[in-house]
Amino acid sequence: MLTLDNLTISQGEFRLVANLTLATGSRTAVIGPSGAGKSTLLGAIAGFIAPSAGRILWNETEITRTPPGARPLSILFQDQNLFPHLSVAQNIGLGISPALRLSRADHTRIEAALERTGLAGLGARKPAALSGGQQSRVALARALLRAKPLLLLDEPFSALGPALKSEMLSLVAEIAQEQGTTLLMVSHDPDDARALCPQTVPVENGTAHPPQPTDALLDNPPPALRAYLGP
Amino acid sequence: MARGLRQLIPAALSAALLAALVLGTLGAVTIRAGGFGALRGPDLSALWFTVWQAALSAALSCALAVPVARALYRRRFMGRGLLISLLGAPFILPTIAAVMGLIAVFGRRGFVNEALGAVGLPEVTIYGAHGVIAAHVFFNLPLATRMLLHGWQAIPSERFRLAQSLGFGPAQMLRHLEGPMLRRVLPGAALAIFLVCLTSFAIALTLGGGPRATTVELAIYQAFRFDFDMSRAASLALVQVGLCLGALVVSLLVTLPSSSEAGLDRPPVAGLGAGLVLRAQDTLAIAAASAFLLIPIATILMRGIPTLGALPGSVWSAVGTSLWIAGGSTLLTLALALPLALAAPRHRWAEAAAMLPLTASALVMGTGLFLIARPFVNPTSLALPVTLIANAALSLPFAVRILIPEARQLQADYDRLAASLGLTGVARLRLLTLPRLARPLGFAAGLSAAFSMGDLGVITLFSDGETQTLPLALFQLMGSYRLDQAAGAATLLMVLTFALFWACDRIGHHADPR
Repeated sequence: MLTLDNLTISQGEFRLVANLTLATGSRTAVIGPSGAGKSTLLGAIAGFIAPSAGRILWNETEITRTPPGARPLSILFQDQNLFPHLSVAQNIGLGISPALRLSRADHTRIEAALERTGLAGLGARKPAALSGGQQSRVALARALLRAKPLLLLDEPFSALGPALKSEMLSLVAEIAQEQGTTLLMVSHDPDDARALCPQTVPVENGTAHPPQPTDALLDNPPPALRAYLGP
Repeated sequence: MARGLRQLIPAALSAALLAALVLGTLGAVTIRAGGFGALRGPDLSALWFTVWQAALSAALSCALAVPVARALYRRRFMGRGLLISLLGAPFILPTIAAVMGLIAVFGRRGFVNEALGAVGLPEVTIYGAHGVIAAHVFFNLPLATRMLLHGWQAIPSERFRLAQSLGFGPAQMLRHLEGPMLRRVLPGAALAIFLVCLTSFAIALTLGGGPRATTVELAIYQAFRFDFDMSRAASLALVQVGLCLGALVVSLLVTLPSSSEAGLDRPPVAGLGAGLVLRAQDTLAIAAASAFLLIPIATILMRGIPTLGALPGSVWSAVGTSLWIAGGSTLLTLALALPLALAAPRHRWAEAAAMLPLTASALVMGTGLFLIARPFVNPTSLALPVTLIANAALSLPFAVRILIPEARQLQADYDRLAASLGLTGVARLRLLTLPRLARPLGFAAGLSAAFSMGDLGVITLFSDGETQTLPLALFQLMGSYRLDQAAGAATLLMVLTFALFWACDRIGHHADPR
C-alpha cells in the first residue's frame, strides 16, 4: 500500500499537496490539466524531487528520504528510458545489477524477459536500431525483471501511435496483473484511464485528490477537470 | 545528503590540489618578492613591451584576418576544407618548431633574404620586436580567421539575397551586413589574441631579447638564469600575475567568441563577390595567407626529414623524456579535470577551481615551484616532475571547459534514469560517464598531450642542460646554429605532437560506443 501523508511539494510559486493511499495491486490513473503537477507528483514518489513536508510510505516503511534506486518502485519516463550506448540486453541487465555483473542465470532471465515483451533475439542491438515501440518494450522488460511492487508510468508511450500505445498499455496491464504490481500512471487520454485503471487521482488547484472510481469521475467531472477534458 | 557529499570528494580533492599548487606558488613568489622594490628600469620596459606587442599582434592578426575570412566565406575551391582545418592547427603547433620555420624562411640564411640579396636589396631580420610580432601573427591569424569565418557564416543568407536584390555594392554590403558582424566579433577576437600574447615566452626567448623586445615572462627567465636574482624574478612574476589577473577579469566581463564550434558551412549565396577585382582580391588574400602559414612549416619538413637519420642521440633521449612527460601530464590533467567538470554544472566552485591556473603563467609557476623546492632539494633534480605538473595544471582549464558542456548534457539526459536504477560510484563511471564522455575526453587528452609535448616553459628554468625535453633540445640546437639538425628535431617535434593529438582524439572516437 502506498501512502502519501500530507506530502507537500513546493517549487517557487508552485505548490502541490497530496493526502491519499493506493491499495496494493490497484491500478490508478493520474489526470489533470497540464501544469497541474502530475509529473511532479510522480517525481516526488520516485525520489527526484525532495518534498518540503509530509511523508511517503510503502506499506509501513517510510521512504521519503530513500535514494531513488533503493525505493520499491520502477519508473518509466516520457523519454530517455534507455542508455543509447549500451545494448538492449545490457540496458535490461542494469535492472538486475547496476554494475552489470551478470551470472549465466541472469542472462537466461534477460532472455526470458525479452521473449515475454516480444523482443526475442534483439538483445545484442543498440536502442537506436529499434523502433519506438520496441524501445518502450525494452524499458518495460527491465521493469519486469526488477519486479518492484510499484510501477510508475510518466507517459512513456505518448510518442507512439494510438494502436501501438494501447497495445503497450495492455502489455503493462498484463505484467502488472501477473506480478501483483501496484500501478500509477499519468494519462492525457481519458479512454486509456477508463480502459486500464479502475480508479483515478484527479490533480487540480494544487491538490492531488484521493482516488475515485474512474468512470464516475469522468462521467461527472468537477469544474476544473471538465474544462480540461472538454465537452 | 551524505551520499551527495561523498560524490563530491574527488572534485574537492582536485580543487584542493590545484589550489595548493597555484596559491602555493603565488604565495612563495609574493613572499620572496616582498613588493616591487627589486624591479629596475628594464623591467618596466619589459612590462611596456609585453602590453604593446600584444596589442599590436592582436590588431594585426585581426586586420589581416578580415580579407582572408571573407575570401574563404565566398569562394569555393579545391582544398578549401583542408585549409580551414589547417587553420586550427596552430593551436597545438609547438611554438618553438614554428619559430624554427619562420627563421628558416626569414632568417639570415633563409630564402627570403637570399632572394633579396640576389637582386641587391638589403636583408630583413626576423629578430627583434617585429619578429616577435610576426610570430604572434603567424599563430593568431588563423585563430582570428576562424572566428571571423564563423561570423560570416552566421549572417543569414536571406540578408545577402536581399542585399543583392537591392543592388548593394561592396561598400553597402560592408556597411549594412558585414560591418555590424565585424563590430560584434572583432573586439572579442582581438581580446582573445591580446590575452594569449601577454604570456608569450618561447617566441620572445627565440626571436626577442634585448632592451626593446623582452616580455615579462622572458625577463623572469633572464633574472632567474643569468642574474640569479631571485627577488627580482619573483617581483617580475608578481607583475605577470597582475597581467594574468587583469586578463582574466576582462575575459570574464566580455564573452569571447568561440573558434572551436564547427558552424554550419552552407554554400554562400550565388553571385557574392562576383567581378574581376573582388575575385583577384580574394585570390590574393587566400594565397598570401596560405603562403605565410604553410611555407615555414613546409620548409622545416623539407629540410628536416633528410636529417632525421643523423640526429644526435641526445635528441632521441629527449624524445623519450618528452613522451613520458606528455603521457603523465595528460593523465594527470584528465584525472583532475573529469571530477571538476562533473561537479561544475551544480557547483560553481568546481569551475572556479579549474580556472585557477589561468592566474599563473608557466614561468610564474616555475619560479614559485623553484622557490618552494629549493630549501629541501636541488631543484634541477626535480626538472621533469615539475614540468609534468606545471604542464598538467596549465592545460587543465582548457580540458575542463571542453568537458563541462558535455557533462551538463549527460546529467540532464541520464541523471534520473541512473538514479532510478541505483547506478552510482564506479559502475556509473564505467557504464555511463566514460562511454558518454569518450569523445570530449579524447579531444581534451589530445590537446593536453600536444601542449605538453610542445611546451618550452618551466623546463628552461629547471634544466641543468643534461635533462632535456625535445623542445629544449631543439632550442639548444638552434642556439648553437646547427640549423639542419634543428630542422630535423623540429620535424620530429611537429610530427610527434600532431600524432599524439590525433591518437588521443581517435581513441576517444573509437571508445565512443555511439
